[in-house]
Amino acid sequence: MKLVTAVIKPFKLDEVRKALEAFGVNGMTVTEASGYGRQKGHTEVYRGAEYTVDLVPKVRLEVLVDDLDVDQVLGVIAEAARTGKIGDGKIWVTPAEAVIRVRTGETGPDAL
Amino acid sequence: MPELSAGDTAWVLTSAALVLLMTPGLAFFYGGMVRAKAVLNMLMMSFLALAIVPVIWVLWGYTLAFDGTNGGLIGGLGKFGLDGVGLDSMHAAPIPEFAFVAFQAVFAIITVALISGAIAERASFRGWAIFVPIWLTLVYLPVANWVWGGGWIFELGALDFAGGTVVHINAGAAGLALALVLGKRIGWPQQPMRPHNLPFVLLGAGLLWFGWFGFNAGSALGANGLASAAFVNTLVATAAAVLGWLLVDVVKQKHSTTLGAASGAIAGLVAITPACAYVSPIGAIIIGVVAGAVCALCVGLKYRFGYDDSLDVVAVHLVGGIVGTLMIGLLATESFTGGPEGLFYGGGVDLLWRQAVAAAVVIVFSFVVAFVLGKIIDATVGFRVSEEEEVDGIDLNSHLETGYELTSTSAGPTRGVPAPAPARAETTQGA
Repeated sequence: MKLVTAVIKPFKLDEVRKALEAFGVNGMTVTEASGYGRQKGHTEVYRGAEYTVDLVPKVRLEVLVDDLDVDQVLGVIAEAARTGKIGDGKIWVTPAEAVIRVRTGETGPDAL
Repeated sequence: MPELSAGDTAWVLTSAALVLLMTPGLAFFYGGMVRAKAVLNMLMMSFLALAIVPVIWVLWGYTLAFDGTNGGLIGGLGKFGLDGVGLDSMHAAPIPEFAFVAFQAVFAIITVALISGAIAERASFRGWAIFVPIWLTLVYLPVANWVWGGGWIFELGALDFAGGTVVHINAGAAGLALALVLGKRIGWPQQPMRPHNLPFVLLGAGLLWFGWFGFNAGSALGANGLASAAFVNTLVATAAAVLGWLLVDVVKQKHSTTLGAASGAIAGLVAITPACAYVSPIGAIIIGVVAGAVCALCVGLKYRFGYDDSLDVVAVHLVGGIVGTLMIGLLATESFTGGPEGLFYGGGVDLLWRQAVAAAVVIVFSFVVAFVLGKIIDATVGFRVSEEEEVDGIDLNSHLETGYELTSTSAGPTRGVPAPAPARAETTQGA
């Protein structure tokens, strides 16, 4: 099993979620996040002062998937989250050694 | 002694209540502008003014401001503790003296509370509690006597209907002094310290606008044409100032901000305060638009000069007060003043220089006394909280509370499990 973590633009969350559901992903964890990438943040004028906004609001989405589905899930997320502009985000994959469903005690791929 | 007018008395008492509401309104206006960890402290500074000032007002405040004048500088002590003010005592206007005492008391409260915005998020509450009564006594009471108690500014012929000098320039200059005494907040100006609750700011601005009708129209001390004209001028100048500020916002920030709309309203209210009974409604629109735009341009000054006037008391109240006070010298018209005229109405610079002198002296006097007083408080009991208290949050450290308990897993203000209540020695059953 793998843990797919995607950091995306907040307004793209709905689209990504729908695309994942259509693909057959049953669940996910979403957290509000902030961060920056290669382009850093941007400057903003507010109340007479110019600020560098280093940390841009993002959404962090985590999905546990079966090894076989990883590449396709990556594609689905990337497709749905892409605007073509800077700050579209990043997706990465980490191995998930064990998964257990709390209610039933099921483990492994059955728990996904 | 004039005969009592029930209508006038009702209006002045109502106005006093309206003006009282401005201080809680100000508390929310300021409270929304600070960061979440300092909201309670911000509200409390206004509420402490609400608690301290009326007591002083009854004891020695009213008498020093309004019991005649000694050399045009300060009133007497003949009405200490409101001695001699009775049910039948009349003010020069056909209202009871008690109504005038109440109306003037609430002005003193808000003036002191205004200063707190300049020292947000870092002032020791004990320092503030000492500053409030002393500044009120040493600065507010004399200046009120100068302008409204028959003192030297009154004699000079400078016009200040509802408090451009006494309230706004006075508070703005004191705010600047204290901002310099206390120094910058940790992290300012590198960290953006944005308002934590803009709905509060707009709510507060709305309450201030509402209460300000008591402030300005109430200053006519009667339910009459003058009060009504001041009412219309207050309405339209404020509206124009919102437009003026938002225009600057859009040009400079490419967005119209809620903070700009709220601040614009206050800037307009401040500027029309001294002028509301002396200019035509067209004059009021001009004053409003100029005040909104000029104050909006002045909020950046603190970054250029490096003083942390946290909530822009200087840019809004000092600058707005100066704009209004000076523009009387331009736009005053005989049909409203019943005498003096401004430069634009053919009165020359005669009124303008009197206005400028009044403004300048109040700025210097208030600034110097507040600065020295602030330094003395800082050197003795301390006027600034420790670095740890400031960074962790002044609410928790000064008041043992936090404004928002948003998570059930937090330890809360006591940072732990509450101690068990002491066991009762006996219970009263069936009592």
